[in-house]
Amino acid sequence: MKAESDVLFVLAVQFAIMSLLALGGANAVVPEIHRQAVDLRGWMTERQFADMFAISQAAPGPNVMLVTLVGYHVAGIWGAVVTTLAMCGPTAVLAAYLSRTWDRFRHRPWRVAVQAGLVPISVGLVSASAIVLTGIAVRNFAAVLVAAATAAVAYWTRWNPLWLIGIAALAGFFGLV
Amino acid sequence: MSDSTGASPIPSSAPIPTHSELFLTFLKITVMGFGGTLPWTRRMFVEEKHWMTAEEFNDAYALCQFLPGPNIVNLTAVFGSRMRGATGALAAWAGFLVLPFTLMVTVGALYAQFGDMDVLRRVLSGIAAAAAGLLIATAAKMVVPLFKGGIDPAPFVVLAVALAIGVMRWPLLWVMAVLVPVSIAMAWAVRR
Repeated sequence: MKAESDVLFVLAVQFAIMSLLALGGANAVVPEIHRQAVDLRGWMTERQFADMFAISQAAPGPNVMLVTLVGYHVAGIWGAVVTTLAMCGPTAVLAAYLSRTWDRFRHRPWRVAVQAGLVPISVGLVSASAIVLTGIAVRNFAAVLVAAATAAVAYWTRWNPLWLIGIAALAGFFGLV
Repeated sequence: MSDSTGASPIPSSAPIPTHSELFLTFLKITVMGFGGTLPWTRRMFVEEKHWMTAEEFNDAYALCQFLPGPNIVNLTAVFGSRMRGATGALAAWAGFLVLPFTLMVTVGALYAQFGDMDVLRRVLSGIAAAAAGLLIATAAKMVVPLFKGGIDPAPFVVLAVALAIGVMRWPLLWVMAVLVPVSIAMAWAVRR
């Protein structure tokens, strides 16, 4: 019982911190979730992490649901509740509060500097996520092809990404990846 | 007087939704928004129910993109609070999360049961490779415009963050504690 509540406490604290640092949304903290769950605490294997990321991208609902899967894997239903609340609660309160005050500072120079300074941070975080996830999920030549083709189509066309995910799932099903 | 303009000069036209309307609308958005809820949120709020003007929607979305945390979840709280205060925020937020959460717990349970099946392994490794590709495209779309500016510290910040987190695998908290103030200070200096 003790160990269980300890794990829930760690999940709550770590994911709450992550949510407040997640500039650029849930995809910005993929490397940190991986660092915590695989490298630091050994909650799951590299492969399981890649699976969970894949599921969270393919399933309906926001990408942030990755944390629900991770929480469930680590500590069952309560783990899922804790990680989801920790990731989606604090920043929602912050956003609701700031939406009432932020407009007042629209033309203040400090607000312009804060916004301009945070943009490259979030771009850097999402880039880091792309690097880390590619390192985890792209481990053979066929996977390189799938990732490169998906990236190219997503970058240059307006196809719905779900089609690309579906095609990749089929390629996997037939043992091509 | 530019500071007193508030959210929007044009008030939206519809009556203010109730708490249950907020909850059910966001629930409906998650049912329909397979593969992306943002377009559905806009359609519901701006075009169908007229709870917000397009301009109000854009303002709220811009704020949520720049704040930390899951953008679209934050957006539900912002909308809810603008309509019905703190409890409205809670209703909208809960309506948006209840279905995806239930689905993910179900999938998590199935994964715990069948995650080692060979077929599932192959399908998931295909999806994971595609998901990596999607993330690369997302990052590229964000990076390219930033590298087209003139004298601007932004590209260096992008590189520093990508290296520190993506390659060195340093802890997020320490990297952010150093680079966020540095980036804001440089943005401030450049704009003076």
